[in-house]
Amino acid sequence: MKILVPVKRVLDYNIKARAKADGSGVALAGLKMSLNPFDEIALEAAIRLKEAGQATEVVALSCGDAAVQEGLRTALALGADRALWVSSSEELQPLAVAKLLRAVVLREAPTLVICGKQAIDDDANQTGQMLAALLNWGQATNAAEIQLGEGRVDVVRETDGGTETLRLLLPAVITTDLRLNEPRYATLPNIMKARKKPIETLTPEELGVTVTPRLKTLRVQEPPQRPAGIKVDSVAALLARLKNEAKVI
Amino acid sequence: MENRILLVAELGSEGHLKSSIRSLLTAARSLEGEIDVLVWGGDTTFAVAEARRLPGIRRVLNGVGPTLADGLAEMLCALVQPLARQYTHILTAATVIGKNWMPRLAALEDVAMVSDIVGVESSDTFVRPIYAGSVWATVCCPEPLKLVTVRSTAFPGVEGEGADPVAVENLPCPEALPQSTRIAVHTHVQEGRPSLENARVVVSGGRGLGSAEHYEALLGPLADELNAALGASRAAVDLGYAPNDVQVGQTGKVVAPDLYIAIGISGAIQHLAGMQTSRVIVAINKDPDAPIFTVADYGLVGDLNVLVPELTAALQK
Ligand SMILES: Cc1cc2nc3c(=O)[nH]c(=O)nc-3n(C[C@H](O)[C@H](O)[C@H](O)COP(=O)(O)OP(=O)(O)OC[C@H]3O[C@@H](n4cnc5c(N)ncnc54)[C@H](O)[C@@H]3O)c2cc1C
Repeated sequence: MKILVPVKRVLDYNIKARAKADGSGVALAGLKMSLNPFDEIALEAAIRLKEAGQATEVVALSCGDAAVQEGLRTALALGADRALWVSSSEELQPLAVAKLLRAVVLREAPTLVICGKQAIDDDANQTGQMLAALLNWGQATNAAEIQLGEGRVDVVRETDGGTETLRLLLPAVITTDLRLNEPRYATLPNIMKARKKPIETLTPEELGVTVTPRLKTLRVQEPPQRPAGIKVDSVAALLARLKNEAKVI
Repeated sequence: MENRILLVAELGSEGHLKSSIRSLLTAARSLEGEIDVLVWGGDTTFAVAEARRLPGIRRVLNGVGPTLADGLAEMLCALVQPLARQYTHILTAATVIGKNWMPRLAALEDVAMVSDIVGVESSDTFVRPIYAGSVWATVCCPEPLKLVTVRSTAFPGVEGEGADPVAVENLPCPEALPQSTRIAVHTHVQEGRPSLENARVVVSGGRGLGSAEHYEALLGPLADELNAALGASRAAVDLGYAPNDVQVGQTGKVVAPDLYIAIGISGAIQHLAGMQTSRVIVAINKDPDAPIFTVADYGLVGDLNVLVPELTAALQK
């Protein structure tokens, strides 16, 4: 059984994003980029299924310019067997990525696609669901637990009211939530080995997909700032402020 | 051109309409156009009656039947897709359910969608937080059908009721469940306290609480005194102090109560993303340099094990 894991390279989660002075986008130059944390969790889930003998191959895929190969190297170092790069210098929006993924799924015929539930840059939370729709596969988003069975997979999902378990017939798309697992770190020898592994290159044209952006970002700006607050020196002072000044209690 | 807007509502656990529908109405009003409200579920009796009295809407669409009870994405798409092109805009709340089905519909209809908006600039231009809310993007969506999820806390709910209940149209319920997907188990955490989404006050705890026992023993009485909902940071949820559905933040729930009290929470960007639009923020933390103090209106520096019981006792007086 083959598992496909799409990964995205994003601004590291420890860095606070800033708008460019002219509002044309987010300032990324010179800042640390990392794999999207949810994609690391997806990769970890796939690798564990392989280690448990339930999957035979883990294929990582990333779409974008040459820099996304860095993310694929990390995926290889973590344990992906192969890496596919869909090369494009276009701004790739979720629908376009879902179409690229669909085309790759038709070539690679994985039984399972595990994606992060959202990328922490655009926070869209769309791609996995869109892919499931395009393939007419079942979908389980926000996975907190994955149990593979014969021809099916049971997924515990985190919901607004608790959890629910979905039983999906394979093939299926799963998107990962934070508590599915704790991803491993890549070891130095594996990082070195990953540098020498081949990365297979594809293009949207070869895959027959038009990736022209549909949405247009007009402006990026800092959100409204809260006025600076104060420190109070006692519980009594806090309560007095909440009652008389803020009038919330 | 007159907009035709469909708002897809959600039901709470007792079958009542969730209050997020009133926020959707606020968002829809700034789009200007005719507004229909779609209610769906296994039993929509209460919700339909409530929806018919929402102010300023044209009609209620009722999708009711056993295949809709669990809110599977496949089923919601089967319900909404046949109607989709009658509308210029379809809006739903950016909840786990909304985020699950709407992108699926978008792909089926081959349109780009806009997630989690906090503002409407015009009928095709929306504002949405990106990068955990560190920046906001203004996005133009030229699609003829605009599919949008709405951050409810950013749109104060429309008040009041319509004069007469509007007409109801029953929709055909999708007949069979999808081949691919079944619900096996459904757990709902018992709610003794107000729900996080609607509470006027939220008491939220982080890693600083130290244990599940402390979380409940310290925060429970404070929450009861304030009639507050309990919330938590990711660290507190990961450590098992609190259930997953009370995580506040970029990847949890976004709340904006009148009063948010952050206790033993450092204030990582991902946490701030879920609470920084609260009206009043209080932080209790022993580290005077904790980032949570940058968004707190009132900060109290010290040991939460001392300060929280003191606060609860003072309120009880
Ligand atoms: C992809 C991704 C998504 C994330 N999503 C979320 C999210 O949705 N929500 C979220 O909250 N986090 C999220 N996080 C995690 C986030 O980055 C932080 O790790 C997390 O918020 C920290 O939780 P905390 O503040 O409880 O713990 P810590 O950062 O460890 O802070 C604990 C605080 O408690 C204080 N403290 C300790 N003991 C005491 C005491 N006795 N008295 C008073 N104060 C005390 C300390 O001074 C400290 O400030 C996400 C991270 C990633 C990578």
